[in-house]
Amino acid sequence: MKHKIIGKRVKRVEDPRLLTGGALFVDDVNLPNMLHAAFLRSDYAHARIKNIDTSQAKTIPGVVGVYTAEDMGDAWEPGPPLVSPPPTLENVIFNSRRQVPLVKDKVKHAGEIIAVVVAENRYIAEDAVEEISLEYEPLPAVVDLEKCLEPDSPLVHEDLDSNLAAHLIQQKGDYQKALATADLVIKKRFHLDRGAAAAMENRGLVVDWNEKDQHLMVWDATQSPIPIRNGMASRLGLRTHQVRVVAPFVGGGFGPKIMMFYAEEMVLPWLTRQLKRPVKWIEDRRENFYATTQEREQIHEVEMALSREGRILGIKQKIIHDTGAYDPYGLTTPLNTQSHSMGAYDVENYYSELTVVFTNKTIVTPVRGAGRPQGIFIVERMLDFAARELDLDPREIRRLNFIPPEAFPYNHEIIDQAFTDLVFDSGNYLPAYNKALEKIGYDKFIQEEQPRLRAEGKHVGIGVVPFIETTGVGPYEGARVAIEPSGKISAATGVGTQGQSHMTSFAQIIAEVLGVEVEDVSMVTGDTAEIHWGTGTFASRGAVVAGNAVNAAALDVRQKVLALASKVLKTPEDELELEGGQVRAADIPEQSISLGELAILANPFRGAVEPGTEPGLESTKYFGPAYGATAFGVHGMILEVDPETMMIKIHKYVTVEDCGTMLNPLVVEGQIHGGVSMGLGNCYYEKLHFDESGQLLNASLADYLIPSASEMPHIEVIHENTPAPNNALGTKGVGEAGAIPVPAAFMQALENALPEYNLEITETPLSPNRLYELLQKKERNK
Amino acid sequence: MKPAPFKYYAPRSVPEALSLLHEHGYDAKVLAGGQSLVPMMNFRLVQPAVVVDINNIPELATIQGDNKSLRLGAMVRHAAAEKDSLVKESAPLVHESMPRIATMQIRNRGTIGGSLSHADPSAELVVVTTALKANFRIQNQSGERVVPASEFFVGLLMTAMEPEDLLVEIEIPPLPPRSGWSLKEVARRPHDFALVGVAAVLTLDRKDRCEDARLVYLSAGDGPISAPEAAALLQGEKITPDLIAAAADKAAVDEIDPGSDIHATAEFRRHLANVLTRRALEEAHQRALGGKEEI
Repeated sequence: MKHKIIGKRVKRVEDPRLLTGGALFVDDVNLPNMLHAAFLRSDYAHARIKNIDTSQAKTIPGVVGVYTAEDMGDAWEPGPPLVSPPPTLENVIFNSRRQVPLVKDKVKHAGEIIAVVVAENRYIAEDAVEEISLEYEPLPAVVDLEKCLEPDSPLVHEDLDSNLAAHLIQQKGDYQKALATADLVIKKRFHLDRGAAAAMENRGLVVDWNEKDQHLMVWDATQSPIPIRNGMASRLGLRTHQVRVVAPFVGGGFGPKIMMFYAEEMVLPWLTRQLKRPVKWIEDRRENFYATTQEREQIHEVEMALSREGRILGIKQKIIHDTGAYDPYGLTTPLNTQSHSMGAYDVENYYSELTVVFTNKTIVTPVRGAGRPQGIFIVERMLDFAARELDLDPREIRRLNFIPPEAFPYNHEIIDQAFTDLVFDSGNYLPAYNKALEKIGYDKFIQEEQPRLRAEGKHVGIGVVPFIETTGVGPYEGARVAIEPSGKISAATGVGTQGQSHMTSFAQIIAEVLGVEVEDVSMVTGDTAEIHWGTGTFASRGAVVAGNAVNAAALDVRQKVLALASKVLKTPEDELELEGGQVRAADIPEQSISLGELAILANPFRGAVEPGTEPGLESTKYFGPAYGATAFGVHGMILEVDPETMMIKIHKYVTVEDCGTMLNPLVVEGQIHGGVSMGLGNCYYEKLHFDESGQLLNASLADYLIPSASEMPHIEVIHENTPAPNNALGTKGVGEAGAIPVPAAFMQALENALPEYNLEITETPLSPNRLYELLQKKERNK
Repeated sequence: MKPAPFKYYAPRSVPEALSLLHEHGYDAKVLAGGQSLVPMMNFRLVQPAVVVDINNIPELATIQGDNKSLRLGAMVRHAAAEKDSLVKESAPLVHESMPRIATMQIRNRGTIGGSLSHADPSAELVVVTTALKANFRIQNQSGERVVPASEFFVGLLMTAMEPEDLLVEIEIPPLPPRSGWSLKEVARRPHDFALVGVAAVLTLDRKDRCEDARLVYLSAGDGPISAPEAAALLQGEKITPDLIAAAADKAAVDEIDPGSDIHATAEFRRHLANVLTRRALEEAHQRALGGKEEI
């Protein structure tokens, strides 16, 4: 299908408001009579609460109330489970332990909330927090992913007999058989550490219970306004129509803002109903480091069996995944790791044992990439090591193992994060991989540039890594599209917006279908008053799931337009066309009517709407895919390392991205750029340092290092298009893609830059200090 | 992250500021650019009862100079010093250190006097003023005194100033002819506190022998850490790569005292100090030679 507007580089319509400070964020909501909350958070990762005395705090002028778990009475209950354990597998252990609004007896991670102060302003509230006196009995903390499973380990949840949160095995084929025929078996241990999502805007909430109206208004910096509305109503014993949740502009989500319900989201609605006054809480950066969910810590023991030629015969993997103190998000993240541990490759035999553990650390839920970077890191690193062992070109071993284009849809015979079969819908990997090699100049670099630069004493290396990303999973999203009497279009979808350009890219779909300008479409996202059903923005699914719902609703409106215009213009529908906000007979341009006039005719003030029809030119449609759309990409980089200072600089960065049909290449490129920045953080900069007592040692942006503009390389993005066969638009997700392959490509390039050390890097991130240690070790062994 | 309650004063003159400091003593903190004090107050790591804001005293923000010294008012912003031609000409080491200090946004607010009074051992200016033998002009209600850098920094975040003192000006003497300088550091990101860094100043005599050498390290101990023994190895000698390596070893092994933290171990810091000392001495030597001769 030839598109006029879809796929065009339309500038973001939301930018002028955002760039001039004119967009509404939660902290911009200031209501008359509004109170402010501040939380007393635990200093300890693991401690029993002996006594809480709030009497002194209550005497501070300006303090309205100080509350503990006890004060919540029957309203105290843990958060709901977000996802259940996989029902399709046998012998699954899953111990569901969910976060609580206010800690009753035992603190399970540093930063967990013990009490809340409500005061006339945040300053007074924080003063009062300091006046709450608290007696703790500190307990030994559960921190290490392996020690926590030893029989004498302290327990995070004392009602369980170990720190095991979940256990399951997924397999296809017969790994043992593959092993028996293998020419080469490689065994490695990997450790991938924790990072923060570190969105620019922290979380925040304003809640306002109107006693006369019996209505709760909520502004929440969430990725998931509709489920938040449903859950708040249910927890408070209200009907859903009594609660409206708005997720206005949100300054970055990256996964943690899909977590439901954070303790604050359980406490604040209760408070506003008690106090009958609006209450605001804006998370500060320190709170964000303790309380907002994190990800990525896993330990892997991996075995790869290969033939002499470099064919992967099988992969065996034992994963230990840290879920932190609770596991409200089920197994989504580690299931993604399993889904991506075979990469873009045709692997016949796979055995993966997953162990999930509780620790006294911040809760783990998906962070951009959500388990996928770990899987890609493992398989790509193993291939690098295998190529070295077999004396193969790292490119050849990959080409040899790619899933061939004729094998799609390719069923991996395991389940994915959505508990459906892991099926790769489509793909054409080899041409995209070759394109990336060509664009980064692989041959020339290896043959000419690297030898020349090495002769000058420079340590430069190249890394090119392909990856897949399962995207666009269900359950569903919806969209409502309506033509207003003005001829302008109003549209809404339930997914929230945290920078994904929904106001532009969804408007492009509608503009394409209805023959209007992008500027004529006003797109509302994240307001439960505008659409009743939906889930949220996560799992790289907005463009696929919400996008196709928008498309379906727009097509339905188009049909209504054609039906009505056909009557008015006395012309058969198939002779009509929509363009410039008009419907006209194709051959007779003067025989036309505007969309606005049709909208008025569709909502008659007198007469009767015909039976079986509906008033208005409006439609609400839903889209729910049976399984996801699998995107593909390749990242390549050339970097230079100074082996004396361990400082690394990236000279060239190329990506090839196949996310199917693009709605807007500018938006895709923006997503890639942001993802690469996050991926570079995971390679080299970002690590949450927890000590043995479970204390986070770097809970500030001075010590938690996020790549800034000055660390970012120029990134070239090349687009390939293998349309998704199972949705009308042909879209695949791209929101997380940018972050996924970066650590694997980075380590490949780094090893390539330091061939004399013969490094085999099996960890992320790799700080300069850690690189120094690895090089020292090699020096000593020389 | 809101500060505890405090009283706020915004004096319009130095005498007014000194009077407030005299009155409130230990209870008061001076607010200059606020780039260290304000975060510390927001984290409630410091909770001063009184804040004396000296941002409304224009005479503290002047840059003056003659052939005896460059004089930087305590309230000169980093960004102003960075762009000032007099600073570039008469104290190129100060000029060069500026872009290494935090981010542009911080340099737009942060002040020379604020950084020096805070005396963070990882601050470039602390090290650079020590290497340049700067003098610190300090006032209080009873008068004025001038303290050399070697006596100004007395420990971790500690200076020779008393609570009622105000740093008003920093005097930086010019380097002798045939001097070269260098500031080398390794930071995770360019704007981070350096893992370790070194300021080197080298003066040659007419026969290209080292007449004077100074090496001062940042993030290498509780204050600016000088390496007099390493410098002594160079004294009176022709500068050669071997000599530079020996001096670097001496300083890195025996004279600095870096700690370990989440960003770097003491061992890695010593290693970096060694590498950076070599690079800094090479650059300083080249500059002292006029950039012509290779070693």
